[in-house]
Amino acid sequence: MVELHILLFFMIIGAIIAIEAKDLLSAVVAVGAAGLALSIAFLVLKAPDLAITQLVVEILCLIILIRATLKVDLPFSTSGRWLFNTLAVFVFLIIFLAFGYFALKELPSFGSPIMRVSQFYLEKAKELTGATNLVGSVILNFRAYDTLGEATVLFTAVIGVMAIMRRKGRKKVTDQEEPDEL
Amino acid sequence: MITYFLCLVLFAVGLYAVLRKRNLIKIIIGIVICEYAVNLFLVLFGYRMNNRSPIYDPDQVITKMVDPLPQALVLTSIVIGLATTALVVGIAIRIYEKYGTFDITKIRKLRG
Repeated sequence: MVELHILLFFMIIGAIIAIEAKDLLSAVVAVGAAGLALSIAFLVLKAPDLAITQLVVEILCLIILIRATLKVDLPFSTSGRWLFNTLAVFVFLIIFLAFGYFALKELPSFGSPIMRVSQFYLEKAKELTGATNLVGSVILNFRAYDTLGEATVLFTAVIGVMAIMRRKGRKKVTDQEEPDEL
Repeated sequence: MITYFLCLVLFAVGLYAVLRKRNLIKIIIGIVICEYAVNLFLVLFGYRMNNRSPIYDPDQVITKMVDPLPQALVLTSIVIGLATTALVVGIAIRIYEKYGTFDITKIRKLRG
């Protein structure tokens, strides 16, 4: 899996550039590059549905973030306890990575997962649902309540965005709502 | 193992942005990177070496497919990630219009 490691290194470098760039627009473009690399990584990992979804979502996410960063400067200030804060964050991250390393050693090795539930799906999904795409049969038939919950969360988030981005409150009887400008 | 650890490093990079940066947009970028890392980790965990994608084909052995369950749930997670990102960016735009800055140390007068 050399190509996967190359993609992961590319994503890490893109993320570091996105975090450390002075210009907000170049930071957003760098995080977009990382997201497109994630899409290719999904394709390498034999998940074509995820690759398509990630591509679309990445482009939309890029548009939203660019809308937020247009005509905005980046205040760069190193006041306060700069050294102490950075050291504390790095010590925390090193401890986090060490614990993560020991936790990851307990997992089954890469490429041989435990498929206790999925084996049933793999064998029976064709007769039970009639769908040839197993991902579609899982999200729309076996785990349809999860999809219902996803739709609920999506709806709540859209209502939240509309409530935040609306220009005027509802004061008069003849209120004309402006469309949310996102 | 090394693949999992690289994914963890990617998560740590996002976590560094959330913890250390003072610009709201940089914090949002950190959250997005964390989300990428978690999605990628779940899909990595369901990968089987040298198997094919979970789509039926007439001429195939039925058990030679990668795990479809993490892929289905990550599909849900990606879409929810977009919605939450849009919500957070909306809040950030409103904060910028009200206070004129993205610096979180300068936003002191939070009123309810």
